[in-house]
Amino acid sequence: MKFHWHRRHLGEIVAKILMYFSLGLVFASLTLILWTVLSKGLPALTWEMVSQTPKGGFYLGKEGGILNAILGSFYMAGGGTLIALVFSLPLALYLETCLGESRWGNWVRLSLDVLWGIPSIVYGAFGFILMLALGLRASLLGGIIILALLELPIMTRAMDEVIRRMPRDLEQAALALGSTKLEVATRVVLRQMLPGIVTAILLAFGRGIGDAASVLFTAGYTDSIPTSLMRPAASLPLAVFFQLGTPFPEVQQRAYASALILTIIVLVISLGSRWLAARVGKFSIK
Amino acid sequence: MTPHLQVRNLNAWYGSQQALKNITLEIPQKQITVIMGPSGCGKTSLLKTFNRFFELTEGARLEGEVIVNGENIYAKDVDETEVRKRIGLLAQRPTVLPMSIYENVAYGLYIHRMRQDTRAYKDAVQHYLELAGLWEEVGKRLHDPATALSIGQQQRLCLARGLAVEPEIILGDEPTSALDPISSQHIEHKLLEIKQQYTTVIVTHTLRQAKRLADYVVFMYLGEVVEAGPANEVFSNPKQERTRQYLEGLF
Repeated sequence: MKFHWHRRHLGEIVAKILMYFSLGLVFASLTLILWTVLSKGLPALTWEMVSQTPKGGFYLGKEGGILNAILGSFYMAGGGTLIALVFSLPLALYLETCLGESRWGNWVRLSLDVLWGIPSIVYGAFGFILMLALGLRASLLGGIIILALLELPIMTRAMDEVIRRMPRDLEQAALALGSTKLEVATRVVLRQMLPGIVTAILLAFGRGIGDAASVLFTAGYTDSIPTSLMRPAASLPLAVFFQLGTPFPEVQQRAYASALILTIIVLVISLGSRWLAARVGKFSIK
Repeated sequence: MTPHLQVRNLNAWYGSQQALKNITLEIPQKQITVIMGPSGCGKTSLLKTFNRFFELTEGARLEGEVIVNGENIYAKDVDETEVRKRIGLLAQRPTVLPMSIYENVAYGLYIHRMRQDTRAYKDAVQHYLELAGLWEEVGKRLHDPATALSIGQQQRLCLARGLAVEPEIILGDEPTSALDPISSQHIEHKLLEIKQQYTTVIVTHTLRQAKRLADYVVFMYLGEVVEAGPANEVFSNPKQERTRQYLEGLF
């Protein structure tokens, strides 16, 4: 029973080292990103940053704040997520109940995966061409539509997985008590799926709010708070992009503050979604 | 004997494969009927035709009549949800609903609007949990997730949930096969305790369980009913050669 060195053990050790290395890499990147954003952004982060629009003559302002971008981002990601939800929930249900594992169903899944993988600048360019064809100008509406397109595959695939993990017996258990199909769907199936749906929605929202390239051409940028769907709207990722691009050190500093705000929003959303999913998923069958 | 459930000339297919062949059968009132037979003999399929579950399988087709209290449950104007309310099912693997223990029992009461106010719902939930022998174990944690219960407790919860909608007939599809011996015993005892109030039909593949529970026995083989009769007669003196062979453990 004593330990004898064997070649099998070498593989085990190598695998372990690789795992610790990846773990370290993930943690190191996260810490480094947070540290950069915090150390550079915190000094410039003032109450004015989140409560005022840009002021001071420059396009992006040495003074004032980025309320225009914060609100613009929330409007666009919120609107986009809402539209994506309206389309992806029925799509995911259709995929599961009607297409299942059929050939056509797998084609739809493959298409969604490809869409998921398409770089967002391509979405932006596509949206731009689409808007030219329709005679639309860069606007809040354009941003919302393109974010909805960007989020749709993410949300649908995430929900598809949730529905696929649905225990088969559950439906029959509810039917055996004399439930109608609608009661099964709304009182039992939906309840079982709710945590997964919440996660899918917030995952898509997080992706939408952090995306710069797709809204670059479609939503444009502006100094003012969005007031109309047809007017251009600012967004946080683009605020970071433009501020970093200026030759003024003060404005560059403010870019890190904007990035910090964006990071905090995304962090709050991802932690919030975990909390919410655990809360509504308390009764779900694992 | 007064039959509660009658099957007349029932034929059923999965696609092109015939699962049930010309079955005619009478199930006695307020007794435990056990359907037994080797795997694949059609006993679960037969049970599923009693609560309109057979049709849930894709490609399933059925001819003939199943009559409960003089009414054919396959008649055109029958509401299958009403059939399933009156004929409850205890499944092979306990499947709790994704809700609290309380809501699991209250679910059926709610959807059929069987009580007037919250107080009455609470009393009903307690009553059926007591009836299923679970109240002492869960009475103090009714709002915990049902998934927190052990598998044996979950099956008793399923029993309570099924009884709560006030069925006349209880079907059991090998209801103890996923349980440990002690939990199985619990379920068997409960079924024996309540048999005066309900007509019970149990499918089992264990002969010993059949002997413990049955008042009336149906023996099936290859989709046909070979023999049916009172338990003491069939077990001690089977009329058919096939039944004798099965009881002797020859197949």
